Amino acid sequence: MIEEGRALFLQIAEGVEDSIIDRSLSEESQAPSTNELAAFFRINPATAAKGVNMLVDKGVLYKRRGVGMFVAPGARERLLAERRTAFADKYVEPLLAEARKLGMGPDDLSRLILDRADSAGAVATDITEGTSR
Amino acid sequence: MTDVIEVRNLTKRYRDTLAVDDVSFTIQKDTIYGLLGRNGAGKTTVMSILTAQNFATGGEIRIFGEQPYENTRVLRRMCFVRESQKYPDDAKPHHAFHAASLFFPNWSQELADRLIDEFQLPVKKRIKKLSRGQLSAVGVIIGLASRAEITFFDEPYLGLDAVARQIFYDRLLEDYTEHPRTVILSSHLIDEVANLIEKVLVIDRGHIVMDEDTDAVRDRAANIVGDADAVESFAAGREVIHRESLGRVTSITVLGALSADDRERLAVAGLDVAPVSLQQLIVRLTQHTRGDAPIDTVPTPDEGALR
Repeated sequence: MIEEGRALFLQIAEGVEDSIIDRSLSEESQAPSTNELAAFFRINPATAAKGVNMLVDKGVLYKRRGVGMFVAPGARERLLAERRTAFADKYVEPLLAEARKLGMGPDDLSRLILDRADSAGAVATDITEGTSR
Repeated sequence: MTDVIEVRNLTKRYRDTLAVDDVSFTIQKDTIYGLLGRNGAGKTTVMSILTAQNFATGGEIRIFGEQPYENTRVLRRMCFVRESQKYPDDAKPHHAFHAASLFFPNWSQELADRLIDEFQLPVKKRIKKLSRGQLSAVGVIIGLASRAEITFFDEPYLGLDAVARQIFYDRLLEDYTEHPRTVILSSHLIDEVANLIEKVLVIDRGHIVMDEDTDAVRDRAANIVGDADAVESFAAGREVIHRESLGRVTSITVLGALSADDRERLAVAGLDVAPVSLQQLIVRLTQHTRGDAPIDTVPTPDEGALR
């Protein structure tokens, strides 16, 4: 899972966030310790600790003295909001750039997305109400 | 954090060769360092001087605040695993481990036994008769089981296969987690150790050219590939450390993290961006052609460039 060119502590933090978002790590449950993360990803424990500390600073994890790290209540909602904000930059912009290169317009793209979503069986219902299909 | 090693203006001259040229750095307590660089860059010389097995021509070193020469107080707290450690002719691995257990105050026989088992080391065979990999295993076992406060591993893996190296890396991380200590690991297999080392020190021709947090270096450079004109226009005003061309396509390696604006500009220009691994970055920084000036006349590299 570790990729080149990006700080490891960010990747570790994102991995924990992903587990919270997909609910494999539920709120108020115990998060993996720094040492467990270091052993699992075979990385330096200080680097893993930096990722965990970042999540504590963000309020995603909190520390129970003498017990360990736990997922903060409301963490999932806040992470979802943050990821949705970043979604356009991270996924839509590159999509548009590639489409431009291939001479595809916004209408072509939206048709394509709706078709694919139909055949795949829509993964989620729309968040925004009044989205017409 | 406390510094366990302080090096100031260290210089080592062998006749006409300057092996180490006015080098200064510090090593923090309980941290794993990678000491990287090409053959002959000065790595082993530095480690030998720090462990009092070689003399400096000039400069000053302090280990735990003291000078290490003939200083048992300091030497018992350090372990130096050499690439080609020599043992007495009749010695067997269990003799070497016994001697180490007497010298190192934190020696763990339990860890040594476990490693002997994992490396499948024949402890009653004469060391002279061991294979290269088994000989390396002897050094690795001493280095880990000594649990010395400062442990130097100088290319400890010669002849060890990929499985045995992974055992070494895993046990190093595991034991370091339980018993934090300072480890200085010199290796040519940079990609293999990149995730283990918290700090990276790169020596090139007797100079330190990088002294940083490993994680901070990960996005320090990028490869940009695409149409030659577009690449060159992006490169303008940036520090380019490598450049290759194939027809109309140019590939460059630029120093400096890319901003969001840079990335957008690259996307618009249709240029591809690929990450540069620590190993690639160090190769780029330390590759010189044979015609390069010898060390004595080379101007001091701009050490600030990477800070």
